[in-house]
Amino acid sequence: MELLSGLLGRMSLDYLPTEPATIGAAVGMPLGALGVAAALTYFKKWGWLWNNWLTSLDAKKIGVMYIVVALIMLFRGLFDALMLRLQTAVAVNGASGPFDTDTFQQVFTAHGTIMIFFVAMGLMFGLINVVMPLMIGARDMAFPWLNSVSFWLFVAGMILNNVALIFGGFSPGGWLGYPPLTGLEYNPGPGVDYWIWSLQIAGLGSLFSGINFIVTILKKRAQGMTLMKMPIFPWSVLVTSVLIALAFPILTATLALLSLDRLMGMHFFTSDMGGNPMMYINLIWAWGHPEVYILVLPAFGIFSEVVPTFARKALFGYKTMVAALVAIMFFSFIVWQHHFFTMGAGANVNAFFGIMTMIIAIPTGVKIFNWLFTMYKGKIWFTAPMVWFLAFVVTFTLGGVTGVMMAVPALDFQVHNSLFLVAHFHNTIIGGVVFGFLAGITYWFPKVFGFRLYDAMGRWSAYLWQIGFILAFMPLYILGLMGAVRRLDHYSDPTWQPFFIVSGIGVLVILAGTTMLVAQVAYSIWKRKELVDTNGDPWDGRTIEWSVPSPAPHFNFASTLKVTQRDDWWYKKQAGKHLTPPPPSAYKDVWLPKNSASGLLVGAGAGMFGFAAIWHMWWLLVVALVFVVAVVIRRTYDTNSEFMIPAKELMQEDLLVYKRRNA
Amino acid sequence: MSHSVTETEKLDNTTLGFWLYLMTDIMIFASLFATYLVLVNATAGGPSASDIYSADFALLQTVILLTSSFTCGVSALLLRRGKKTASMWLLLATVVLGAAFLALEVFEFSTLVSEGHTWQTSAFLSAFFTLVGTHGLHISVGLIWAITLLVYMYRTRIGSDMVRKMMLFALFWHFLDIIWIFIFTIVYLMGVAS
Repeated sequence: MELLSGLLGRMSLDYLPTEPATIGAAVGMPLGALGVAAALTYFKKWGWLWNNWLTSLDAKKIGVMYIVVALIMLFRGLFDALMLRLQTAVAVNGASGPFDTDTFQQVFTAHGTIMIFFVAMGLMFGLINVVMPLMIGARDMAFPWLNSVSFWLFVAGMILNNVALIFGGFSPGGWLGYPPLTGLEYNPGPGVDYWIWSLQIAGLGSLFSGINFIVTILKKRAQGMTLMKMPIFPWSVLVTSVLIALAFPILTATLALLSLDRLMGMHFFTSDMGGNPMMYINLIWAWGHPEVYILVLPAFGIFSEVVPTFARKALFGYKTMVAALVAIMFFSFIVWQHHFFTMGAGANVNAFFGIMTMIIAIPTGVKIFNWLFTMYKGKIWFTAPMVWFLAFVVTFTLGGVTGVMMAVPALDFQVHNSLFLVAHFHNTIIGGVVFGFLAGITYWFPKVFGFRLYDAMGRWSAYLWQIGFILAFMPLYILGLMGAVRRLDHYSDPTWQPFFIVSGIGVLVILAGTTMLVAQVAYSIWKRKELVDTNGDPWDGRTIEWSVPSPAPHFNFASTLKVTQRDDWWYKKQAGKHLTPPPPSAYKDVWLPKNSASGLLVGAGAGMFGFAAIWHMWWLLVVALVFVVAVVIRRTYDTNSEFMIPAKELMQEDLLVYKRRNA
Repeated sequence: MSHSVTETEKLDNTTLGFWLYLMTDIMIFASLFATYLVLVNATAGGPSASDIYSADFALLQTVILLTSSFTCGVSALLLRRGKKTASMWLLLATVVLGAAFLALEVFEFSTLVSEGHTWQTSAFLSAFFTLVGTHGLHISVGLIWAITLLVYMYRTRIGSDMVRKMMLFALFWHFLDIIWIFIFTIVYLMGVAS
């Protein structure tokens, strides 16, 4: 018996789910996984999956895997949202909703955590991996293996987050897990630990990605591409990566401290023995506020590529775009206290952070006007990415305006932690981040898969999201002003109910928009022959990723690229230079990383480590740690990790591309 | 093999990447220092900083760690000049000194615990054990790294890759030295003076 409890830590059958909703998920998720596994076996696709995807160190493939995981998680997060709104549409006065309070708390925690860490971050890392090396003329990331480790740490975090649903339950503490509620005293169970380790592991992956992206951009740009000739998307990635490198360590430290409180009985954030919960709030927002800019800046970068391409004009105000990015990077570190004006820091501190928050709206406004001026007098092509952009302008600007409202401390005291706030940040995160990434996926899809997405369905998806967004969140602004606080699972004022019902309908419309997106991909795969991208440049693009064939080959660029100006590819096409192949001397032998399973193994080991820490299985903790260290050491001293593509082969392939272009 | 071009490029990339990693580690330590300074007076009836620190003991640790940094630096320089055996001896000295430092830290921690001053006593002691312990954890990682490096050097002929691996380790070790200077000042000297 003692041996068993040593082996299993604090596991017991009591932790199996008891609520109908969680039982459904606990049965459904493994069944779904089994179904996929069975299909892979039936179609004999395991080898293909393993060799072409799971062990690949090609940044483009890693990027696609990020996006696939993120889209699956988007559905999980949307169903969580649906559950929340179902509850608030019904649970008025004495009526009880379908979920009890504890389940409701777990659902809103899971919704926030998943949407930020596994949807928004996943889509962002995915798109960066797919196109950033291509846009700067690089063959791969600076550290392809580390890139694979980052991805598998992201997956390990995602899996831990979802395992909570099957066994043990998730944290009820909100997406930022404020103590003392998340401390040992009030939440001794495994839920909060699931939250901590899921974020800790995924966060480490993000940190490695940030370092990787900075080095890639600083070191691996094409010849002649100075920083000020670089497209804006890589610029936004550079700025975001600096923010990641500065902010994510704070998250790592903060989660570690909370974990020490829980595992070793320390007193950082407890309400007794000198602990200081407000220290946690400060630390978590010192990461958390830069985090929202980490998410939105790449979306800004995407729009800076989409708008000039479809307006057929060079980007207006390139230098001010760069300056605005850098200004946002700087200011994003000195506004964090606006998340807790009500803490009692005093009028002067609040005034400082309030003013800084208002100032940060200026560079953001500069960017919006730059995009609009880019469109002005352009020949605009209203494709799906442009519709996403227009939806973004309306939605994000509205979110920005309500943000500036809340930057006034006196006003914030009225709406703090109300649904007004919830509506505000959804306005910026859905309108900014999600719309941006969906535009980016549509825009760069042909570069990866060799055919376009069916445009009309993409536009419909954007319309549905926009309508759904208005229905779901405008009522929340009103409710917030009426006094409804966030995270409320029942209320007694029946005049609130109609607003909650409309909001619930909005979530359904958003769900329809997301389904339309998936239907668009399915339909486009079916019609891929008609949508095929023959010359690698379906939008008559401006930047160099459109100069290579679609789907882009593993080595990205056959010859050594020389860039002379911004929008290099556009001006090459104008001058007709895109028709003559480069001289034979431009082709060099290319070294690329071989496939490696060790990134996946590191992720598996890290997942085991987290699981062991959650359930106090100390033997497994040691085993997992030794395993990860062993894999890393082995890889570090592996000298045979690359393969070569000879120059001759590259030239032959490239000449075929030029032949097709001239035909 | 025309591999040399990519090799030199990799040297630059890895070194820059490692510098950036060190920067992120500085942010982790900055968070821990900030937490320590916020909680240093939160003794909750337990001992305060001046009750438990000994400046002499910390000075001894400092001297040992600085010496190890010196041997590490010389070891890296010798390897650059192609003197592998001498470099290995000095790296071994670094490992011994690092282990001695770590032993002193374990001794200090176990003395505190045996006197009843554990990390559960107060927020101040939680912060102390975590900040100093995190540095100690880094030292432990550095020791494992140095030992694998020694095995690798023993088995392999000298080359640019070996020099690169050594330079990265040296960066890490000097970095830990700098962090320790801050711990010595902010934790021990300011603690004794308070």
